[in-house]
Amino acid sequence: MAYSFPEEVLEYVFAFLSSDKDRNAVSLVCKSWYEIERWCRRRIFIGNCYAVSPQIVIRRFPEVSAVKIKGKPHFADFNLVPEGWGAYLYPWISAMARSYPWLEEIKLKRMVVTDESLELISKSFKNFKVLVLSSCEGFTTDGLASIAANCRNLRELDLKESEVEDLSGHWLSHFPDNFTSLVSLNMSCLGSEVSFSALERLVSRCPNLKTLRLNRAVPIEKLPSLLRRAPQLVEFGTGAYSAEIRTDIFSNLVEAFSGCKHLKSLSGFWDVVPAYLPAMYNVCSRITSLNLSYATVQSPDLVELISQCPNLKCLWVLDYIEDAGLKALSSYCKDLQELRVFPSDPYGAEPNVSLTEQGLVTVSAGCPKLQSVLYFCRQMSNAALIAIARNRPNLIRFRLCIIEPQAPDYLTLEPLDTGFGAIVEHCKQLRRLSLSGLLTDRVFEYIGTHAKKLEMLSIAFAGDSDLGLHYVLSGCESLRKLEIRDCPFGDKALLANAAKLETMRSLWMSSCSVSYGACKLLGQKMPRLNVEVIDERGPPDSRPETCPVEKLYVYRTVAGPRVDKPDFVWTMDEDAALRLS
Amino acid sequence: MEVGVMKMVNMLSHEAQGKKEKLDLKETELRLGLPGTDGEIMGKNLIMNYNGKRGYQETVDLKLNLSGMDQTDHHKEKNLQKEKTPAKAQVVGWPPVRSFRKNVMAVQKNGSEETTDKAGMGGATFVKVSMDGAPYLRKVDLKMYTSYQELFDALGKMFSSFTIGMIDFMNESKLMDLLNGSEYVPTYEDKDGDWMLVGDVPWKMFVESCKRLRIMKGTEAIGLAPRAMEKCKNRS
Repeated sequence: MAYSFPEEVLEYVFAFLSSDKDRNAVSLVCKSWYEIERWCRRRIFIGNCYAVSPQIVIRRFPEVSAVKIKGKPHFADFNLVPEGWGAYLYPWISAMARSYPWLEEIKLKRMVVTDESLELISKSFKNFKVLVLSSCEGFTTDGLASIAANCRNLRELDLKESEVEDLSGHWLSHFPDNFTSLVSLNMSCLGSEVSFSALERLVSRCPNLKTLRLNRAVPIEKLPSLLRRAPQLVEFGTGAYSAEIRTDIFSNLVEAFSGCKHLKSLSGFWDVVPAYLPAMYNVCSRITSLNLSYATVQSPDLVELISQCPNLKCLWVLDYIEDAGLKALSSYCKDLQELRVFPSDPYGAEPNVSLTEQGLVTVSAGCPKLQSVLYFCRQMSNAALIAIARNRPNLIRFRLCIIEPQAPDYLTLEPLDTGFGAIVEHCKQLRRLSLSGLLTDRVFEYIGTHAKKLEMLSIAFAGDSDLGLHYVLSGCESLRKLEIRDCPFGDKALLANAAKLETMRSLWMSSCSVSYGACKLLGQKMPRLNVEVIDERGPPDSRPETCPVEKLYVYRTVAGPRVDKPDFVWTMDEDAALRLS
Repeated sequence: MEVGVMKMVNMLSHEAQGKKEKLDLKETELRLGLPGTDGEIMGKNLIMNYNGKRGYQETVDLKLNLSGMDQTDHHKEKNLQKEKTPAKAQVVGWPPVRSFRKNVMAVQKNGSEETTDKAGMGGATFVKVSMDGAPYLRKVDLKMYTSYQELFDALGKMFSSFTIGMIDFMNESKLMDLLNGSEYVPTYEDKDGDWMLVGDVPWKMFVESCKRLRIMKGTEAIGLAPRAMEKCKNRS
């Protein structure tokens, strides 16, 4: 078949495709388009580092400038994945160092990153620009020093909420004196003090600096000096926001903040002395994003601050805000799109603040653009959930955590099935849902019936039987990630819906009732899945086949079984079945 | 002491109620000092959410006059429990709060408890400074300085009418000269209640352990030097 379009034209057209979905679709049209597309794909997203190998990626996409890789399952955030499980970055860097010398961006989430990897990054990629390490671990500030010293064109260094072994603050001083390209620096997760004069000089000589998120060790008195040197800042995170109350500190701060005409996002606010919050008031009218989730400030002070921010789109806050504060939020911030309320005392037996389901209902009523919610509270009712669903059918993400597991509707003592049912029924664009409270198989029937756009579902302490799991696996057409803990789901639903698992990124089940025998069977039946049993009690075949496994992680892959497993992970496949029996 | 033992019994009996963790031996340790003030107990195997406030409640009932503790009511956040019921056994990973956040909140909680006796705001370490012969005391925030030199400079400015002898930490004989002269010498009271010569330990360690400063006349400080050296030797 003769083409009327030369390759170059197609390549030019494909360059306009930024979404992976579109590019994947284009690759499937014909061999020729596959070839053209693979040579011009520059950005790669790998949602599960074990779904593919570095070699396979490099073979298909030879000219990549940006990679984003995710490692451990989400429940690793809550200590459900044992230490040493995997998600090592090094093999990726080692392979990419050889094949992608012009790599510019590496963004990682939940991966184990070593100083060795960081050093290799800093020396292998001459035009390296962006490093984002989100919830990563395994490295020290020495690794950061390598990045600072060697990446001459670095634009972005973002440590998000990584666990860094903080040997000293000296790493920052490794940025050379002629280094001026920094656009974004987030070091908020670090403990050690960096040399303040080095920080000042760095900020002074980087005219494009737009994001600066300091760590706790930078005292409030030093903020004006930094803000004065970077009036172009758009995003700013303070350090510890407290000091003895002194008018000179206060007025310096007011003056410094007023100089920043472009500030849109504020964060930090550890150890807040409320008297210093008003220092920011003159930038509040432009603020669209506020992260006060570490600020132990009481509701009235929070309300005063929030009332100055009419353009607020995103608020992260502790439950000190209380229902009263949320009411104020709903009346002042009509543009609000995202709300996250974190618990100040998650392990306390009694409520320590006056935050209930009412706060969320009020916000759902008053904020017409609200689409993303994360809410920790201690009581919930079906009535409230139904109200929220009716108020906000435009919800996209709804994550509710009622602190007590299996807590019923506190008014009627019934399960919360109908409440969550209303959420999935009304919110037709819902992509992410986290359940909590007392729930029967019923809620899963609602979810399977209505939640057609749902991509990620988190379930804990819910359901009565396999039927619940079956509803979800058979009904949720868009489901990509399913994570379950402490639910009475077993073999039947899993095996009956085995094929579904190939359409998903991953399934996590821990403290459920899936037997070793079923895992083996699943592994045998589905060669394109990795069925991994995580069990710290020892080899699963030392126990009867009917014995439930501790944890199960199933994911589709083209890379075959893992070669870097720790001794508490077993892959269920044909070979395994033979080996272990 | 009796309070301490009662508390142990309570803790142990609560622990027995359906938990998976082994007994934390630290909890059975008999210690002097107010119960529940040991930050160690706040570790990850915590069964109950103990904090200093609980100890406070019990000691007040026994009419131990700890007027300083009244300050804590103002400085502590509302979330301190006045609980009568014990916290339930913790389930791993529930509620789903990231470790990063848990660590930050724990530090903030402990931080606010520690600094209250220094009457400081969270994150600052204010200590009283007295100088022999000066009519009034001052306060400094140790966290504002990064070295002894900076501290001495600041103190020098504060008590500008007096001079403070600079101690040569490396040179024992110079030290003895100073102490024999009429210069002033900075000393501090540490966590154990002992009066120490400023400068023996690394700066950061000093900041952690210093409760108050006293700028003594050299002649009076002379008794401190050997004690300071001994304490250091025991520590290292």
